[in-house]
Amino acid sequence: MPDEAWCQMVIIKINSLTKKFKDLVAVDDVNLEIEEGECFGLLGPNGAGKTSLIRMITAVSPPTSGDIWVLGGDLRTHSRQVKAALGVVPQMDNLDPDLTVLQNLMTFARYFNIPKEEARRRSMEVLTLFQLEDRCDSQIRELSGGMRRRLLIARGLINMPKIVVLDEPTIGLDPQAKYLVWHKLTELKSQGVTQLLPTQNMEEASTLCDRVAIMHQGKVLTVDAPKKLISSYFGDEIWEIEVMAEERDKVVNALESRGLEYESVGAKIHVFHVETDESITGLVGSVEALRRRPATLEDVFFKLTGRSLTE
Amino acid sequence: MRLFSWRFIRMWQRNGDVFFRLWHAEVPGFVAEPVLVLLAMGLGLGAYVGLVDGQKYIEFIVPGIIAAYAMFSASFECTYGTFFRMEYQRTFDAIIATPLNVEDVIAGEIFWGATRSLMTGTMILVVAAAFQLVHSPWALLIPPVCFLEGIMFASIAVVFTSVVPSIYSFNYYFTLFVTPMFFFSGVFFPLSSFPSIVETISWVVPLTPAVRLTRALVGGELHIGLLWALVLILVLGAVFFRIALVTMRRRLTT
Repeated sequence: MPDEAWCQMVIIKINSLTKKFKDLVAVDDVNLEIEEGECFGLLGPNGAGKTSLIRMITAVSPPTSGDIWVLGGDLRTHSRQVKAALGVVPQMDNLDPDLTVLQNLMTFARYFNIPKEEARRRSMEVLTLFQLEDRCDSQIRELSGGMRRRLLIARGLINMPKIVVLDEPTIGLDPQAKYLVWHKLTELKSQGVTQLLPTQNMEEASTLCDRVAIMHQGKVLTVDAPKKLISSYFGDEIWEIEVMAEERDKVVNALESRGLEYESVGAKIHVFHVETDESITGLVGSVEALRRRPATLEDVFFKLTGRSLTE
Repeated sequence: MRLFSWRFIRMWQRNGDVFFRLWHAEVPGFVAEPVLVLLAMGLGLGAYVGLVDGQKYIEFIVPGIIAAYAMFSASFECTYGTFFRMEYQRTFDAIIATPLNVEDVIAGEIFWGATRSLMTGTMILVVAAAFQLVHSPWALLIPPVCFLEGIMFASIAVVFTSVVPSIYSFNYYFTLFVTPMFFFSGVFFPLSSFPSIVETISWVVPLTPAVRLTRALVGGELHIGLLWALVLILVLGAVFFRIALVTMRRRLTT
């Protein structure tokens, strides 16, 4: 039964999920299916509803309406079992500053009812994984921002979760630490751990995510693999034309008559889905004014959520 | 109505671990201070006070000091302590993402607050016994009474904590609620010394039944009227405990 096999692959299923606060609809009738073993990115400007959505999926905040199933269990009735299989890495550092590095992990393991010896073994394992094994006895305040974040991620893995939720895992990290984290997340994926990754970092989403959802004003606008999203919106490349103000009308007219898709971005015009180089040459006087570059996820993001500030 | 599960013990253990790492910072407030108050008032003021039945004044105030500092322990732990963990350290957010639910976390906080009351009350009792100010074996029941009293005061404190906007709001709690009880619940003077209106009010404030119980246990003078004091502590404790679970769920999960 192909249908059934497909159903078993879905590890998180979200059905017309809505979250309302007093005057605000934070999450508006969202449907999503996240498959087992994939890295799923959640993109969207601030206030798009990512955090509200994540808080509901991690059973911290109740939905106003709609359903969530995680690992086959209804979150309303199975929140404890689901949380036991989740690893949550928050964006905001909530390490326990009253405890040392190792005590943080040991105490956290105890919330999952992991026996002491096993907890110690796993603590050392995740500390080694994130190159923190020398810092066992450090106080949290003695750690740098990068170390704290690595420790937060390590803590999220202490219960060997089937699903990890990483809220902006590399925000504020230096490039070295960022690549270490990306590398570890890729390793984790190869072990079959499903990842849910709300992020503002388009490079991160393109690098790590099998699929991304783009959210805006509480709604999910689109879900697909980053490459597919890019090619369906823009083709492979974007041509950027730098135009003088007096030339603009002429160029726009030419683009219209050639039937090309374009968008004005400040002083530039972006042209998409250009099939052949000939179709775009001769639009402007100087060749320097015409430049082509690979289209990125960020272009898709802007296209769908607009270029103005949303809040 | 959601209840807590056995998992609350994990929150309680966490608070216990932190306390015993930093215990030396807590000793002055909850052992040295009550002993100083006991000695200063008992010996200093006591020299001018003659009690009708010939009891020494310092013996009169021992049980009151025990009950009052048990109240302070639970109240500080579940106002400043709870608020700090909740708002500044975001400890609860981290924990409710694990199999513990909000109710487990809050029950752990309240039971820990009550444990602090028990430890404080017991320490003062031991010091008082060493000074030969305790004569009845009934005093052995003081630790469990402090624990029940602690459940009540910790629950009331958590309910307040669940609705305050900032840490400064606790000034009101202590100035208008806790400190008045310290003076008007029969710790330092018999309630009958007050005008009748004050006496009437003091019968319903939660520290009064605790002082009555500890005083009866230290003096070994048990009577049926104490049952009312015990019931008051249990009922107030149970009611505020349940309210605390509801209001904290509201604060932490919306």
